[in-house]
Amino acid sequence: MIGDAFVQGFQMLLVLALAPLLTGVVRKVKARLLRRRGASVLQPYRDLLRLTRKEAVIAENASWLFRAAPYLVFAATWVAAALVPTFASGLLFSWSADLIAIVALLGSARFFQTLAGMDVGTSFGGIGSSREVMIASLAEPALLMVAFTLSLLAHSTQLSTITEVIRFSDVGLRISLAMVLVALVLVALAENARIPVDNPATHLELTMVHEAMVLEYSGRHLAMIEFGSALKLLLYLSLIGGVFLPFGMARTGDNLAAYGVGLAAYLAKLAVGAVLLAAFETAIAKMRVFRIPEFLGSALMLSFLATLLLFVSRGL
Amino acid sequence: MTFSALAAALWAIAALLALAGAAAAGGRTRAPKWLTYPLCALIGAAIGALALSSLLQGDVETLILPLGVPWIGSHFRLDVLSALFLAIVGFGGCAASVYAIGYGRHEGSPARVLPFYPAFLAGMSLVVLAGDAFTFLVSWEFMSVMSWALVMAHHKEPGNTHAGYVYLVMASFGTLALLLAFGLLAGPQGHYDFAAMRSAVGGRPLTGLVLILALVGTGSKAGLAPLHVWLPLAHPAAPSHISALMSGVMTKVAIYGFIRITYDLLGPPQWWWSVPLISAGALTAVLGLLYAILQDDLKRLLAYSTVENIGIIFLGLGLALAFKANGLAEAAALAMAAALLHAVNHAAFKSLLFFGAGAVLTATGERNLGALGGLIHRMPLTAALFLLGAAAISGLPPLNGFVSEWLMFQAVLVSPTLPQWVLKFLVPAAGAMLALAAALAAACFVRAYGIAFLGRPRSPAAAEAREVDGFQTGAMMALALGCVLIGILPGLVIDAVAPAVRLAVGDGGLRPQATQDWLSLIPLSASRSSYNGLMVFLFVGFAALASAALVRGLASKAVRRAPAWDCGYPDPRPVTQYSASSFAQPLRRVFGTLVFRVRETVEMPPPGDPSPARFSVQVRDLIWDGLYAPLAWAIDKAAERLNGLQFLTIRQYLSLVFGALVLLLTLLTVWQ
Repeated sequence: MIGDAFVQGFQMLLVLALAPLLTGVVRKVKARLLRRRGASVLQPYRDLLRLTRKEAVIAENASWLFRAAPYLVFAATWVAAALVPTFASGLLFSWSADLIAIVALLGSARFFQTLAGMDVGTSFGGIGSSREVMIASLAEPALLMVAFTLSLLAHSTQLSTITEVIRFSDVGLRISLAMVLVALVLVALAENARIPVDNPATHLELTMVHEAMVLEYSGRHLAMIEFGSALKLLLYLSLIGGVFLPFGMARTGDNLAAYGVGLAAYLAKLAVGAVLLAAFETAIAKMRVFRIPEFLGSALMLSFLATLLLFVSRGL
Repeated sequence: MTFSALAAALWAIAALLALAGAAAAGGRTRAPKWLTYPLCALIGAAIGALALSSLLQGDVETLILPLGVPWIGSHFRLDVLSALFLAIVGFGGCAASVYAIGYGRHEGSPARVLPFYPAFLAGMSLVVLAGDAFTFLVSWEFMSVMSWALVMAHHKEPGNTHAGYVYLVMASFGTLALLLAFGLLAGPQGHYDFAAMRSAVGGRPLTGLVLILALVGTGSKAGLAPLHVWLPLAHPAAPSHISALMSGVMTKVAIYGFIRITYDLLGPPQWWWSVPLISAGALTAVLGLLYAILQDDLKRLLAYSTVENIGIIFLGLGLALAFKANGLAEAAALAMAAALLHAVNHAAFKSLLFFGAGAVLTATGERNLGALGGLIHRMPLTAALFLLGAAAISGLPPLNGFVSEWLMFQAVLVSPTLPQWVLKFLVPAAGAMLALAAALAAACFVRAYGIAFLGRPRSPAAAEAREVDGFQTGAMMALALGCVLIGILPGLVIDAVAPAVRLAVGDGGLRPQATQDWLSLIPLSASRSSYNGLMVFLFVGFAALASAALVRGLASKAVRRAPAWDCGYPDPRPVTQYSASSFAQPLRRVFGTLVFRVRETVEMPPPGDPSPARFSVQVRDLIWDGLYAPLAWAIDKAAERLNGLQFLTIRQYLSLVFGALVLLLTLLTVWQ
């Protein structure tokens, strides 16, 4: 119990500490792939610090929602990230929110984010929010169907249980898991505003979604939002790593060495994920906005088919 | 004489009817205007409290009054199922009445509302208390007619008479279906008493037909697609507190009717009964939201969202029926609890949202999203409460909408144990529709809230809106509190509805939730799934406060107000904001091209021509065009043909009568 509590607390701080680093690594690898030197991997920390030190410029007609949203978005994302098993399963509070609740927490974050985009009443905020809800209307059901498939396999919607089942029972290679993996990767790309759905590095471009939504933010509010985005990326990579590559993860009752191994394995998984993401983003072009439904529609279809397969036969 | 909750409830209903009579007799005097709503609120609260205590004690009471048809009498019965829905009627009515104390002051023609309002409440209460088919149908029709009168209260506004007409036709059609269903249930002996129907063991013919008739009859009142067409016309046409009652409460009375007939009176279910329920429910859920996303009228948007939620409830009922037919008691109880909890939740947040829409209407005189905007500055309390309702209906944790949605997902996830192949394909598809509906609901309410309350005012009325009075905000606050409490302490509510679940799907299901560790929600087993709304609430609250405190302590506190940045080109005119239809455009393009045959056309003037470019959108309602329009056309044609019968000679009439007589006699001979 005490151990679990410690693991839980440690994880909450760990995700906070690692999230900017992950973003930094992705940016660094992307720069190297483009034959640029790129900023240090620690640059996101410096950015966050710089933003918090600046004064916040708020539009004249912004309401309290505009100022509260960054904290709400950050909090919901942080809690969700803290409940995804990273280096150890058996988190103390994993029973308080299962995978469906984690998806819904991310939905809450998005709800406030999109509302904040509309608060000032600018056309950029509107376009960002409107496109974000379009993307979410397909990405969220796809993610839920992924959750369905995993829980049908594990007979549980608890993420800790799912990772343990996939790791220790003979789940093996399955068609449904492969489909779900592809669907989850597609959803992760869309939800984190990565190429080909959105470009995290642009401004002043009509195809942008996430950046258009947060255009009016500055100073500490922008810092919270950037931090939230970094946490979300970390969450998705942890989710993919934890569910599909649960190797090395420590369990309740393991000794300290096992936790060390778990931590090392987790960091390695994150590094691999960051490199793969950067390589993918460098290799592919951004797509038109109205191609996104096809992109996400295929994720939805794949995850739906995976669920259907499991309904038809437990062995697929 | 011992205290009888049923008798007390009937006295309360009698008081409501007396109040209606008094308001009608009072006519244009001032007294009814000041007294009706406060008295309705008191009576509603009393009915709610009686029902709640009866639900928690789990008594069954019956009473026969010498009214109605002589050889039947009027049976009234209060069991846990009636009590649950009576509580919804009572508390929903109480909230609406409190709200109306403030809202009703702005009513232009109170004499058209005040007499019907208490009668409408009485009608709804009578339906859930009815103990025989006759009483049920009479109360049902009374409820329909009273609500129709309220829909027609503002009959001079364009579109309202049409709404009232469509409502009347659909309500009559629904009652006809129910009449036939009860006729089949009563059998040749004519057992119109529910108790006799319940004890009629085995060998009842045509149970499947009864189910379909019940589904059509109650579904048309609840708003199940494709019988929903009247709902988005009629619900918004009524004054807002009536809209809230119709959407939040009357649809639940229809759900009650369906549960009563199907789970209680009809006997052991067949598995295939669940197929029409699950498919209609899933389709209704998604279709309702797709309609809602395209609406520019705030109240009509809410009405379509009611259609969606009714779909979700019917989906849960269908799952419960499938599990019950296959003898899976635990899963059946889970699905039933999800459906009932969603009914309670929907009553709470839909009333809240309609109250909010009414407050906006009071303050601005507008319900068109295109004329609103920026209300969060002018009406901070309403805006905050509407936001809470919007978050709850979008299924965001830790509010109540998420809990019932979560339970529904858990019910879908245990359904691979169903042996039938049809259900093995249908249930995951329904689960996907449910997931889609969950995401679309958030999109729909982000749009509604963002356009109406955020941004800059789009009309002078919105720019000069004033916060509404304490009665209106008070009623909204009570409902918002309910949404939060059910969300963070769902176990207590599930324990409260558990007796009704047992009545509907039998014993051996739901675990008691209040005794779980940390008040978690553990529907089946701890290793399978659990959710703790309180913990999520505390976690998110802690994380938000901690980060805010940290940032406050460490970061710069300086804030500067400046014009909006907007990439350097801010335009001060409010028309340059995203509008309701531009916000919906991506979704309209993704989903609408298929479902509504949306066509967008841009007319660009040729170069050199200074006339403006035009953009137009064509949206077709395929259900109306494909089902109702041909039906209306066929009825018109048939009426035209039959019209000829009015102009026959006396000899032709006589021969017609003679022919009919011969035909009937032949039929009778063949029959025997």
